[in-house]
Amino acid sequence: MNMKEAIKKNIQDGDTLIIGGFTHLICFAAGHEIIRQKKKNLVACRLTPDLIYDQMIAAGCVKKLVFSWAGNPGVGPLYGLRRAFEKGIPRQIEIEEYTHFGMVARFMAGASKLPFMHLRNFSGTDLLKKNTNIKSVQCPYTGETLATVPALNPDVAIIQAQRADASGNAQIWGLMGVQREAAFASKKVIIVAEELVESDVIRSDPNRTLIPGMIVDAVVIEPFAAHPSYAQGYYDRDNQFYVDWYKISKDQRSMENYISEWILGVSNRKDYQEKLGKGYIDRLKAQERFSAPVNYGY
Amino acid sequence: MQEYSASELMVVRAARELENNQVVFVGIGLPNLACNLARRLEAPELVLIYESGAVGAAPSRLPLSIGDPCLVTDSISVCSMVEVFNYYLQGGLIDVGFLGGAQVDRFGNINSTVIGDYIQPKVRLPGSGGACEIAIHAKKIIIIIEQSKRTFPEKIDFITSPGFIDENNQRKKFKMPGRGPDLVITDLGVYSFSKDTKEMILREIHPGVSLQELRANVSWRLKVSPRLKTTTPPTKKELKIIREDLDPNKIYIR
Repeated sequence: MNMKEAIKKNIQDGDTLIIGGFTHLICFAAGHEIIRQKKKNLVACRLTPDLIYDQMIAAGCVKKLVFSWAGNPGVGPLYGLRRAFEKGIPRQIEIEEYTHFGMVARFMAGASKLPFMHLRNFSGTDLLKKNTNIKSVQCPYTGETLATVPALNPDVAIIQAQRADASGNAQIWGLMGVQREAAFASKKVIIVAEELVESDVIRSDPNRTLIPGMIVDAVVIEPFAAHPSYAQGYYDRDNQFYVDWYKISKDQRSMENYISEWILGVSNRKDYQEKLGKGYIDRLKAQERFSAPVNYGY
Repeated sequence: MQEYSASELMVVRAARELENNQVVFVGIGLPNLACNLARRLEAPELVLIYESGAVGAAPSRLPLSIGDPCLVTDSISVCSMVEVFNYYLQGGLIDVGFLGGAQVDRFGNINSTVIGDYIQPKVRLPGSGGACEIAIHAKKIIIIIEQSKRTFPEKIDFITSPGFIDENNQRKKFKMPGRGPDLVITDLGVYSFSKDTKEMILREIHPGVSLQELRANVSWRLKVSPRLKTTTPPTKKELKIIREDLDPNKIYIR
């Protein structure tokens, strides 16, 4: 399936959505397609909204943001989000805020199909007072009071992987974030893979399969789909773009120009790659650093 | 004329707190430089853990974010964030956690969420990320922050990451596993916390900084240790590693 069809078929206005990936494997290609299809009123969940939700918020796709750290790491704020939250540009958005551990626990509960997850956290903070979804429970064994967060079960998870087979068995190496939990927690899963491989390849290294095809609804093969995020072993994080985003996004007009030129102005990821140019893409190409093979024999 | 900047001194001072074989939860920016400096000098076996899932990282370039691919290459283990927060942090394996923020109060409570009202903020900051749980679980916390009346206010606008909360040390009441903030390193001095009142006390003053200037950058009546020392300046070797290897493009060092 191509990205256009996958987004059209699987994402409805008003859906609760997670585009997975923690710094690594954030599927910008899917976010851009969501913007092109002018999806509306999405409840966008991620630990770190990152540039992709900044862009989706600035494009007016998002009604509510569920998150735990909203910044451009090592660079500065997310201005698209701030303009929406502080000034209602282009629309007012609601926020529901946790900490990383809180969000992780929400996905754990969601993946386990439990109503909530307990954790030792939040005591003494003001977040506890502002987010009434954070509650507590008494341990039936020790009597200890533990914090709780509600399960998060998104309508759709978009998870990028380095490689997958046609059934959606997806292998990821490098940082894994909460992709596995987000996928198992969600009602639908779209896998976007850098590379399509035969099932034999998957079966040759089953420990690396983070997401099994049985929970996958659509498989999209899309090289370079994470840029300016990265895919370990395929291409580097485009740190310079993250630095440049500060200037691009600080001014509303310049951010709108970026969206119309680089998102609305291209029709798919292939166009985007051509617009970046081969030289640009080659500079980000990953160096080789192969692991020692393991023997799965018995 | 000093031959080093305030941020270089902060990095060096933080690095000297770290002991070999400690397990450190590393934040981006100055803490990352401090940990990697320590690894190059006195603490080669320091285990760096990043909230992104890199355990025992050995970065060969300066990571712009805590999820940089260079943290994965050559690390001991890469785990999911479920494992980082549940098994490593809540599991009690983290010796030292570094925290920063926009405001810190005299009890070591940190705000990195909002300036002004939560719903209608003057400035919306990034929020907790992993900071809150690090503050609660790491055995010891080192706070690194640039100091001014604005960042050292009488009362912070939002408690994102709890220190001792107040003079009654509420950590005990809440049964927080970590001991709380141990040290605050700023561009003007170094602070620890009183055993009894849990209030910040000035322990070291940086070379060339006057007590008057330092007091002018604190909003409360600052307590000063009777054994106030001058911070030991960076060595040539420390500066060379920072400038040539760790942050040659001066991304974090000013």
